[in-house]
Amino acid sequence: MLWEIDIYPADNQHDLDAARVAEEAADLHLVSGLQVRTGRGYLVQGDLDQQAVLRIAGQLLADGVVERTVVAPVGHGVLTDPPGPEFKHLVYVLPKPGVMDPVALSALRAIHDLGLAADEVRTFRKYWFADLDHETLERLAGRILANDAIEQCVFGPLELGSLSLGSKYEFKLETVKLAGRSDDELLRISREGQLSLSLAEMKTIQAYYEKLGRDPTDVELETIAQTWSEHCSHKTLKGRIRYRDENGERQFENMLKETIFAATVKVRQDLGERDWCVSVFEDNAGIVRFDDKYNVVFKVETHNHPSAIEPYGGANTGLGGVIRDSLGTGLGARPICNTDVFCFAPPDFPPEELPRGVLHPRRVMRGVVAGVRDYGNRMGIPTVNGAIFFDRRYLGNPLVFCGNVGLIPRDKSHKEPKPGDLIVVVGGRTGKDGLHGATFSSVELTHESETVSGGAVQIGNAITEKMVVDVILQARDRGLFNAITDCGAGGLSSAVGEMGEKIGAEVHLERVPLKYAGLSYTEIWISEAQERMVLAVPPEKWEEFSALCRSESVEATVIGTFVPTGKLNLLYENYPVGELEMSFLHDGRPGVVREATYLPPPVTEQPLPDKYSWDYTPELLSILGSLNVCSKEWVIRQYDHEVQGGSVVKPLVGINNDGPSDAAVVRPVLGSNKAVVIACGMNPCYGDYDPYHMAAGAIDEAVRNCVAVGADPSRIAILDNFCWGNTERPEQLGSLVRAALGCHDTAIALGTPFISGKDSLNNEFRPEDGGDPIAIPPSLLISAIGQMDDAMQAVTMDLKQAGNFLYQLGWTRDEMGGSQFAITQSLPGGQVPRVDAQLARRIFEALHRAITAGYVVSCHDLSEGGLAAAAAESAFAGGLGARLFLAQVPHQIELDPESKEELAQLSESWSGDPLHPLCACPQATSILLFSESHSRFLCEVPEQHASAFEALFADLPCGLIGEVIEEPRLQVVGIPRPMKDDAGAPTEVSAPLVIDAELATLKEAWQAPLRWD
Amino acid sequence: MPTPRVLVLRSPGTNCDEETAYAFEVAGGAPQRLHINQLLESPDQLSQFQVLCIPGGFSYGDDIAAGRILGNQIRYHLRDWVSQFVEAQKLVLGVCNGFQVLLKTGLLVADGSEGEPRATLAWNRSGKYQDLWVELKVTNDNCVFLAGLDSLYLPVAHAEGRFVARDEATFDVLEQAGQLPLRYAAGGRTDLREVLPVPHNPNGAMGNVAGVCDPSGRVFGLMPHPERYIHPTQHPHWTRLKTAGKLPEVGDGLALFQNAVRYFA
Repeated sequence: MLWEIDIYPADNQHDLDAARVAEEAADLHLVSGLQVRTGRGYLVQGDLDQQAVLRIAGQLLADGVVERTVVAPVGHGVLTDPPGPEFKHLVYVLPKPGVMDPVALSALRAIHDLGLAADEVRTFRKYWFADLDHETLERLAGRILANDAIEQCVFGPLELGSLSLGSKYEFKLETVKLAGRSDDELLRISREGQLSLSLAEMKTIQAYYEKLGRDPTDVELETIAQTWSEHCSHKTLKGRIRYRDENGERQFENMLKETIFAATVKVRQDLGERDWCVSVFEDNAGIVRFDDKYNVVFKVETHNHPSAIEPYGGANTGLGGVIRDSLGTGLGARPICNTDVFCFAPPDFPPEELPRGVLHPRRVMRGVVAGVRDYGNRMGIPTVNGAIFFDRRYLGNPLVFCGNVGLIPRDKSHKEPKPGDLIVVVGGRTGKDGLHGATFSSVELTHESETVSGGAVQIGNAITEKMVVDVILQARDRGLFNAITDCGAGGLSSAVGEMGEKIGAEVHLERVPLKYAGLSYTEIWISEAQERMVLAVPPEKWEEFSALCRSESVEATVIGTFVPTGKLNLLYENYPVGELEMSFLHDGRPGVVREATYLPPPVTEQPLPDKYSWDYTPELLSILGSLNVCSKEWVIRQYDHEVQGGSVVKPLVGINNDGPSDAAVVRPVLGSNKAVVIACGMNPCYGDYDPYHMAAGAIDEAVRNCVAVGADPSRIAILDNFCWGNTERPEQLGSLVRAALGCHDTAIALGTPFISGKDSLNNEFRPEDGGDPIAIPPSLLISAIGQMDDAMQAVTMDLKQAGNFLYQLGWTRDEMGGSQFAITQSLPGGQVPRVDAQLARRIFEALHRAITAGYVVSCHDLSEGGLAAAAAESAFAGGLGARLFLAQVPHQIELDPESKEELAQLSESWSGDPLHPLCACPQATSILLFSESHSRFLCEVPEQHASAFEALFADLPCGLIGEVIEEPRLQVVGIPRPMKDDAGAPTEVSAPLVIDAELATLKEAWQAPLRWD
Repeated sequence: MPTPRVLVLRSPGTNCDEETAYAFEVAGGAPQRLHINQLLESPDQLSQFQVLCIPGGFSYGDDIAAGRILGNQIRYHLRDWVSQFVEAQKLVLGVCNGFQVLLKTGLLVADGSEGEPRATLAWNRSGKYQDLWVELKVTNDNCVFLAGLDSLYLPVAHAEGRFVARDEATFDVLEQAGQLPLRYAAGGRTDLREVLPVPHNPNGAMGNVAGVCDPSGRVFGLMPHPERYIHPTQHPHWTRLKTAGKLPEVGDGLALFQNAVRYFA
């Protein structure tokens, strides 16, 4: 018997989901004033009578205080009684068969717990609409109610016989004939099998099997494709690249090794015995020393392509995956905090202009945020840091970066599987979800991606992963396994293949626990079903390990053994289905050779405003209100950023808990004040000017954010995440190499080692009409992890007390190219900000001394929007005003010949105090206010510490530029300039007020854009 | 002073167990984390403890409804054991998800005559999960955990925290029985009827109710997280307090755990 239980909000309750649907329908210009009612429900299959189902509804599924239920067998007329006479159209939304439905699984177990015998449960949502034409209804269904990648809509009554899933699988060994195939045929095999193998790779495989005198089985070919995929092997960036730019040509044998890794090697050499790196670029995450007992691990991953198709599931499993990276590092790290950075097209993108196959950015953003929220919050891991960038070029290719920091005992930081160890899979069951994720993330998206690649999208079940973390950490501490890794892209194929690389492995695929019957041996091997870990368990520990897992209801299964054969042997019901030499699998791939060129665009003059007396308040307001600068509170508050009890500097700070903090500070060990500091740096706007300087700037920004809250600059490690367009095009790869060179030079100069990284290439969208592919802007995310010996020394960015002095550290230069001022005022050209890393390092060190000495009571880094935006943010976060004097700002603005001449003339006829050189340069005002030169800070220092503070910066750029004031206003005084009388002779010096605004006005401009419901 | 033993109950998805156990430890208790599977296997273990605490998290993923599945496990398999525990003058605390669980067991607010629930924690009026700090006011002296307290500043982090009584009459009965001792407040004042706006009342709870106790005052559930404000640096603007020379030595939340320990003195 199949029963349906409908659950509606009670009559006196708000229908929250209806309000959301109506709002989104209006947002997407589908229909305004939509009349809709919503419900949720369960299909329950089993030998159950009405009384039993009523009991299930009343005692388990519905809340009798705020909900009402309708219970009947599926198809019964009472289930289609509308909630009001005007509601004529009914739409059901159900997960597609086989799509993860965690609530249904829990409900089934809970029904059993009531002592009732149900066989299957599935959830659904139900929507009732008043008058709508069918076309609008279908559009609503497709754009708002359901995502076709994972869900199906049923219009009208539900007619369904049974929920049973899966079918019997008849074993049949499949081989793929390669012998004698032409190049075209080989490429077709690769394409049709979604293998993403190049011709050179297919020919290598063909030759290998020719030598063996047979054809590969399907599972062998799949294993090679997964292992050789861009996602798993990073073959482009680790490959040979011939790079050319304006300085000439350079040949790389392994580009990453010669740039990013090389920087780390140099930094570690420079540190000598003080080297605090533990494991870099070898495990699932980088590891550095933390305190006497623990190391910390850090990894940031991307999950871009799945998030483009199914934002919720993509982000959800992206975070789930990076958490498993920490858990799969060493012998397992305890996840202590998350970071997330997103890139979207602007949410106000005109819905009418949306290309086919692309989800609206607003929907993508809501889905991604919800996906990260639901996974991170359920895992009990605080999400403490992040950023969001908006650019139209992310329309078809949103970027989702998820990061996780873990804490690991020092003696558990290394793993080594041993011959004879059992191969054990722990956690979720295997289904058809996520087939071809590794190879899929290596191809461009097309408008068809939504349909053909739906199988690559997975939905996570955070609680399964939480349960896995709980038992793994106990097993680690009891020493029950020798190695662990996560099942990510490529599934068991990659996990077992990597872990057994040096030994060999034998796997019995029919032993892998399945969600439902019907999977072939190949599907079992490459499925990317979530929440699974693979462990190497010594046989003598198996019983204890197994009992531990059972005691917390976690499934653990022996699927094979690491055997010292040097081979990967796959069996299905004892029948050999695959045999591969580990050496061919891991070292047999032909090297990738690529061309890369970079042609720097010429620096063009930027038409900066040249009015001397000018009120820049409107410009400041438009910067604060721009999407890239404005408050992200709507996102941040949906994340639990305090669970685990270690929060020291939260993402939102200040007197009303709403100012933008530079970095997060977390005490990971309860009872200890030793802290980690997490920050990031990224600015794709600079990449259009010069990726070298973009990269240098991203590192400087990530590091200065850490230093601003109190991190020790000599203990900051960084991660790289490159997201680029199609690097088969030389100019795309050229700009990436250029960025990697910037990373190399800057990391060495700052002494910040890279400890891990990841790349995601081919982020291009091919529109349906055959137009040019849209590549994302060069997007390099630098994530930084710093440390503090004493969290009590942390500093936040909000102004603390009237009368305190305000200093600017670092030079302001004429670097307005790609700045928020240039973008909001549509001023192309200009010079992109460059990093003087030697100077930056000295400023960071001096600032750190000032912070540990207790001289600094607030500190904010200067980034997007420059000094003016930073001062505004610090002021409204602290609820105190500030008065600044541009004449005191440390700068390196050079006068052009015309201005020099004017200055000479002015000075000649002026008899008073010497004139400020910039009084002859009217463009200087906007530069001093809004330039985004790097390595700068705004520091608040109480008067009694001023001279000690200044002494630390004696030979560094440091200017006393103003003070904190009681009045809630931001006032900035421009450069004093002699006024001229009618005859042109200078009379007296006067300084205009170039910004004068109430804090409430500034704050409102900053908070309004993303203040969503 | 004797050291009361505290059972911090874990289940799949519990995620505030470590810091909650730590808070009891700092307060002078002897906490032990135990998985629900173990307690279901041998419920008599409960008698070795003086305090039962159900911490925050997402027990069983909050699938179906927050706290429902663990709540049903306690209601249908451990009800007698827990009732005996309460009758033995011992203490029960539920924080956030633990509060949702306790309410679903019927231990906090007894079911109606037909077995119907009389109060619940429904979805936030905003329809979304929110992490923010709230002011709280203690409105009566009935609850053991709130003894001697007047106001608190603590974080909330939940999606389903809107207290709803079945009807006004039920609300009045609970209020008169002293079962609604903790309310959201603004500027040091609360309103026993009028719902304060967000962010003061973060979820739209009826009568600004943030915590509910049983008539004895020994069983208590609250949405805010006292274990998240034990250390001074957990306060969202502690750097301001420090600059002003007003940084407290411990956070407001510790008092609840200290009250529990002191109760057995």
